[in-house]
Amino acid sequence: MKRHLISAADLTRDDAILILDTAEEMARVADRPIKKLPTLRGRTVVNLFFEDSTRTRISFEAAAKRLSADVINFSAKGSSVSKGESLKDTALTLEAMGADAVVIRHHASGAPHRLANSGWIGGSVVNAGDGTHEHPTQALLDAFTMRRHLAGAADGGPVHHRGPGDGTGRDLEGRRVTIVGDVLHSRVARSNVHLLGTLGAHVTLVAPPTLLPIGIENWPCEVSYDLDAVLAKSDAVMMLRVQRERMNAAFFPTEREYSRRYGLDAARMAALPEHAIVMHPGPMNRGMEIAAEVADSVRSTIVEQVSNGVSVRMAVMYLLLGGAAPPAELPAAATARTEEKNS
Amino acid sequence: MSTDKTLIRGAKVLGGDQQDVLIENGTVAAVGTGLDPEGATVVEAAGQVLLPGLVDLHTHLREPGREDSETVLTGTRAAAVGGFTAVHAMANTFPVADTAGVVEQVWRLGKESGYCDVQPVGAVTVGLEGKQLAELGAMADSAAGVRVFSDDGKCVDDAVIMRRALEYVKAFDGVVAQHAQEPRLTEGAQMNEGPVSGELGLRGWPAVAEESIIARDVLLAAHVGSRVHICHLSTAGSVEIVRWAKSKGWNVTAEVTPHHLLLTDELVRSYDPVYKVNPPLRTEADVRALREALADGTIDCVATDHAPHPSEDKDCEWAVAAMGMVGLETALSVVQHTMVDTGLLDWAAVADRMSFRPALIGRLSGHGRPVSTGEPANLTLVDPDYRGAVDPAGFASRSRNTPYAGLELPGRVTATFLRGKATVLDGKLV
Repeated sequence: MKRHLISAADLTRDDAILILDTAEEMARVADRPIKKLPTLRGRTVVNLFFEDSTRTRISFEAAAKRLSADVINFSAKGSSVSKGESLKDTALTLEAMGADAVVIRHHASGAPHRLANSGWIGGSVVNAGDGTHEHPTQALLDAFTMRRHLAGAADGGPVHHRGPGDGTGRDLEGRRVTIVGDVLHSRVARSNVHLLGTLGAHVTLVAPPTLLPIGIENWPCEVSYDLDAVLAKSDAVMMLRVQRERMNAAFFPTEREYSRRYGLDAARMAALPEHAIVMHPGPMNRGMEIAAEVADSVRSTIVEQVSNGVSVRMAVMYLLLGGAAPPAELPAAATARTEEKNS
Repeated sequence: MSTDKTLIRGAKVLGGDQQDVLIENGTVAAVGTGLDPEGATVVEAAGQVLLPGLVDLHTHLREPGREDSETVLTGTRAAAVGGFTAVHAMANTFPVADTAGVVEQVWRLGKESGYCDVQPVGAVTVGLEGKQLAELGAMADSAAGVRVFSDDGKCVDDAVIMRRALEYVKAFDGVVAQHAQEPRLTEGAQMNEGPVSGELGLRGWPAVAEESIIARDVLLAAHVGSRVHICHLSTAGSVEIVRWAKSKGWNVTAEVTPHHLLLTDELVRSYDPVYKVNPPLRTEADVRALREALADGTIDCVATDHAPHPSEDKDCEWAVAAMGMVGLETALSVVQHTMVDTGLLDWAAVADRMSFRPALIGRLSGHGRPVSTGEPANLTLVDPDYRGAVDPAGFASRSRNTPYAGLELPGRVTATFLRGKATVLDGKLV
């Protein structure tokens, strides 16, 4: 593992499998009565959020706390940042306070890359979503969820909605993943294309041509403008959030037209293979890109994705900060409880 | 400082045969071999190339208003170091150079600096807002004698305003220098639109936003019988349009910056705002087309678009960083590297693209003249065999935002003469 997690493209197959396997270990911790490990005791993790994102921030916060790290939440609103302090000065301040890791969410693409490569700070940088660039931990939690469902059975195949399985050690070789929606502005799509490709999955992006970036023909994936044409060949369908305001910039004519052509409703869901799952990174626009009955169906992994997010983020912070100890050497629950009493 | 008499001995004049050049009372007194050094300061120039003083059609000197990034004095010192004897100071200052008062102020500051002639560019429209013509005639008639008008930094995007400006400046042989950027296609644009912008998640600045304006403007210029100049042309498609317009005999000229001759959008992968510039760095294919167009004369000249910015405007995340690069002190080296050392241009052609033609487009008298007896002694001496890494700490410019820091480039200006007076000697400011 490198020192930072900036882009899903930086992860090798082995890196990705190690993170996902470690996340399985972490998920087992979450099933214990006391969900806490002493691994990062005395280490400081700063959540540096320049953009409102309560769900991502609390996911990282829960992950760091379960690893016993000290967590500092730094929100741009109501702080020196809103008074015009630069990213550089904010970084120097955090460095002076001894941050071991900075989890950064920023509206500007490349801000985490700048933070990691500028020499402003010495700790690890974790990209928690930058502009329209990447969101690597989202891709990891998506891959983790897919692996449990599509490679989690004893024979390595899909679990057919009989609860999540355990895909430890496996990748997503040959799985067909369809990602639908505003790819142009989606950091989730970019990170997923990189990571899912690394794990051997075949990705198809579906969107109106206006919401696909120039040069997409060079991406390691297929592209389609027709959702109905690809549903029957999908093991997983991931619906991306589409901001209603996009229609004001003429990306599509109306909400209803978008929903008719690219929304996942019950009729479209019925065209999926029986084992296929439906995913969404949240927050959803029910009735826009996804119908309520789909979001609430047995195929939906949307709520599971949230809890998997904590496990995956624990794994990332453990591996970036805790050193190279393999997951098998994680302390047992009893030790964790003792540590808890002593601290 | 200078003496009245200087003898440059054994320089290859415009890259040709070695000759002696005698400068006396601000003019070239003699060109020949074995000239008498009696009473003259001798500059030994064996192996070096003597060029007419370089002329820049596109410089941001930032004064008045942004003296924290550059002043007329520091900018003209940087120009002299780069071998320039005349620069055109762009109008996007604070206040904007859209009145005779502001252009005369800049012109006077240039006179006082003494390092390089400063020819102010006047704004086309009041406040660069593209709505109402500035008093172009008053600027033309002022002491500054403005002939080049530009809203550079912004495009004159209203077709009627552009048409009127092109027509109006004919009365005093002026030219409109267009910053070709269709504004609606480039709202919030951060870098060249292409595969790299798609991957990096940075909003694209498509080539068509430049090309569509150039196409419109060459047609407008043809229609009203005016001349138009295209600033910092950056795409292969723009080259094709200008080539077509010239083939029709229309009065179109164009410039290219040194950075667009060398750098590509691949560098943006670093997210380092030192590579953020407008128009943005383009692709390898564009760079190739620009070099060929400069070689075959489709692009008339090199202009630096020297754009100083203070460090805090670059030491930040990409999206909030300022656009622009300093370029005066590295321009000739980049041109040698990309055009001379590659065999695309000889030194005589460099003199054409960096002195004769820009002076002609800007209607400057006394600059861009041949190195011959009786001409003003605006001269630049270059050591083409020098190689060295670019060190921003040594810049004469007040700003350091160069994309070439640490890069080894060929060539060095060893001496610059402004009307016979050395502004640079032994590679150092006098």
